[in-house]
Amino acid sequence: MAQPRADAPSKIILAESDLHRVVDRIAHQILEKTSGATGTVLLGIPTRGVPLAHRLAARIHAFEGVEVPVGSLDITLYRDDLRLKATRALGRTELPPGGIDGLRVILVDDVLFSGRSVRAALDALNDVGRPSSVQLAVLVDRGHRQLPIRADYVGKNIPTALSESVKVTLTETDGADEVKLLGGLS
Amino acid sequence: MIKHLRSAADLDAATATLILDTAAEMAALSGREVKKLPALRGRTVVNLFYEDSTRTRISFEAAAKRLSADVINFSAKGSSVSKGESLKDTALTLQAMGADAVVIRHWASGAPHRLANWVDGSVVNAGDGTHEHPTQALLDAYTMRSRLGRLDGLRVAIVGDVLHSRVARSNVLLLTTLGAQVTVVGPPTLIPLDVAAALSEKTQVSFDLDAVLPDSDVVMMLRVQTERMQDSYFPSAREYSRRYGLDVSRLAKMPEHAIVMHPGPMNRGMEIAPEVADSPRSTIVEQVANGVSVRMAVLYLLLGGK
Amino acid sequence: MAYLIKGVSILGAAPTDLFIKDGVIAAPFEGAEVVDAGGLVALPGLVDVHTHLREPGREDAETVETGSRAAALGGYTAVCAMANTSPVADTAGVVEQVWRLGREAGLVDVQPIGAVTVGLAGKQMAELGAMASSAANVRIFSDDGFCVADPKLMRRALEYVKAFDGVIAQHAEEPRLTEGAQMHEGEVSTRLGLTGWPAVAEEAIIARDVLLAEHVGSRLHVCHVSTAGSVEVLRQAKARGVRVTAEVTPHHLLLTDELAAGYDPVFKVNPPLRTRKDVEALRQALLDGVIDVVATDHAPHAVQDKECEWAHARPGMLGLETALPIVLSIYGPQWELIADRMSRAPARIAGLAGHGGDLTVGSPANLTLVDPSARRVVDPSELASRSRNTPYAGMTLPGRIVATFLRGEATVLDGKAVK
Repeated sequence: MAQPRADAPSKIILAESDLHRVVDRIAHQILEKTSGATGTVLLGIPTRGVPLAHRLAARIHAFEGVEVPVGSLDITLYRDDLRLKATRALGRTELPPGGIDGLRVILVDDVLFSGRSVRAALDALNDVGRPSSVQLAVLVDRGHRQLPIRADYVGKNIPTALSESVKVTLTETDGADEVKLLGGLS
Repeated sequence: MIKHLRSAADLDAATATLILDTAAEMAALSGREVKKLPALRGRTVVNLFYEDSTRTRISFEAAAKRLSADVINFSAKGSSVSKGESLKDTALTLQAMGADAVVIRHWASGAPHRLANWVDGSVVNAGDGTHEHPTQALLDAYTMRSRLGRLDGLRVAIVGDVLHSRVARSNVLLLTTLGAQVTVVGPPTLIPLDVAAALSEKTQVSFDLDAVLPDSDVVMMLRVQTERMQDSYFPSAREYSRRYGLDVSRLAKMPEHAIVMHPGPMNRGMEIAPEVADSPRSTIVEQVANGVSVRMAVLYLLLGGK
Repeated sequence: MAYLIKGVSILGAAPTDLFIKDGVIAAPFEGAEVVDAGGLVALPGLVDVHTHLREPGREDAETVETGSRAAALGGYTAVCAMANTSPVADTAGVVEQVWRLGREAGLVDVQPIGAVTVGLAGKQMAELGAMASSAANVRIFSDDGFCVADPKLMRRALEYVKAFDGVIAQHAEEPRLTEGAQMHEGEVSTRLGLTGWPAVAEEAIIARDVLLAEHVGSRLHVCHVSTAGSVEVLRQAKARGVRVTAEVTPHHLLLTDELAAGYDPVFKVNPPLRTRKDVEALRQALLDGVIDVVATDHAPHAVQDKECEWAHARPGMLGLETALPIVLSIYGPQWELIADRMSRAPARIAGLAGHGGDLTVGSPANLTLVDPSARRVVDPSELASRSRNTPYAGMTLPGRIVATFLRGEATVLDGKAVK
């Protein structure tokens, strides 16, 4: 897919404070939908899903004092586009000490787009254990799904053109909290 | 990413580090119940072995299978004397079978280089003659890093028949690339000429094992074949063992933290005393386990992408 | 056929006309076929004291005919065919066969070399006298490919051939020091993990043999000198007056052991390619006359003997068609030097009357015409040799051999073999 050039016009979709509010809201929704987040594990998909999962856990803890275990699930080896690109370095898979068997797993990612990453994550999950159920939380849903996949928790829906791209930066990985829309015609 | 792994010299520091980091992730994944990963589904890896080496072959086979590749074992035993089908014809056969990678073990130095001219897929050197064995060096480096936490500045002594050792050549190249200080130690007859100029200017040479031991973080003992005696490289197994064998008293001269390595198979009582081989400071069993993770990393990085 | 070679420069001198008739250089006459030789240099026909023609035995790699054609195209009018054929040229019968095949091909004079020992086995002296008095008139004897390592046998051979003014051409390689050897022993062999062929294995034999030759007052010829140390041994021996001559190959004058790095056996040769320092010493030695001749050691090999593992491959490389261009690329148009080292001196060593002479009226018309300004990219598929194992593929070399005449008959015209 053609990536917008670095000097392409960009528009800030979520500024720092918006992003924090959105995370708070997802945390509340998780608490609400899971009756207090009991029996729940957050698994972040590297790279930016991992700090997001940790933030959600921290906010849940702040709101209700519940400790939700957090882990990471690398999907690189499960991707369906491995051979279309140069070899990718692996991310880390680290399950919480209690594992995931019999628990509700919430996968956390920054952007939901084609759904292929989530498909890979479901395959990867299948190889590491048997959760009782799986949910999906994303910071941004930009549409254009290519697989029958939807998110349970969405921070913000952003209608986009295929020529555009959504860039999420987080303090932990990129030094700043922000969501930008790059490219397009504007 | 590089296409072939024919020599440790194919690897710069960044690529070598990427392999070791990837191996660490692979090792973490291998602890789980389902060991198989889908990354190389539909890819074919051929193990082309002109020499018997069960341990290396099964290590590569396990690595390829854990990544879901199809594995074909092709044992082409032909000695240098009785020449069977030529390497080129075998290569054309493998090419026709659609091999995405050929892992080759051969008695002739440079056979992987020749093979790479005749196949489109990746070539992985699993030991060629008295030349190199790069995945062994990678697993050794991996073992050192996981035991001692670093490679940069690590003092490594490689002891024994350096002249005929493919393990030694690959280790000197790889370890110096990664910043270790390597000293090759052995009788002068078994240290190749111009070794520093040939492999790495940073390589040091010593004929005195006892002088090197107190300043070593890693002591890697090489297998010494007793046949070398017949060729006057040293007078007797007993003299060799006394001068260059690692026994308990020599182990005591090493720093507390220092480790003992051996690529196997060992000649217990010759280059290494049984008590040393079985001591907690020996990494010999770990080396075998790490071999699978390192080879998974190599296969994934060579074959995983476009 | 009578020719007028018009406007040719003899050894770089001012252009002149050269008449050829009845096999000799003739005084001016009318009615000759004119060969326009403007810009071309005439050299006495080149003589190679070290050629492998492979017949009998390995006709898939080369035959006397194909090798003769390659020689003529390289500017040669005589080649000495090495004895390591199958069967070995260790009897009058085999040398006469090779000699006769050469005559039938008629492109160069093929002068067989006889084996020193039966079957090149280094054990028992072959019937040197029978080969000398055969129709082939053998004068050079060599076990080339193998060293006459036994010092007593070498001494006897050196002595024995005095009876018919023969010479022993030694392949200097101490066999115990080169067991399993694959390439020059040094930095590169250490890196490549290939068993080394130490320079001293050559130097020790040359040192021994010049002492033996001095002791018995015989002639000695040293094949394919390849090391700086050998040059020093020869320099000292010659200064003492030992009757020793020596050859160097074009590849040892040009190529180094670094070329083995890709394990392509086209660069595998015996003695092996050495270091830059050796190359420099050999170049100087040829200039000084410490080394007397350039010899090709033309060694054709079938494809399967080179398209394989380095250790499996046979040693040797093609040389006849590229020798003069390589010498030109190194020394430039030093025509006197070239004529001496590639024609006169080798003809003298091989005892080939009629070759290596001056191009004066009455001399046999053995000569070659070279265009020194032309440049050519070596394309293995264009070579006349039956084999393709040239190490110079893709190299651009100066000099094109335009015509070659053997006893007044053109063997090459317009850069093409006449037959």
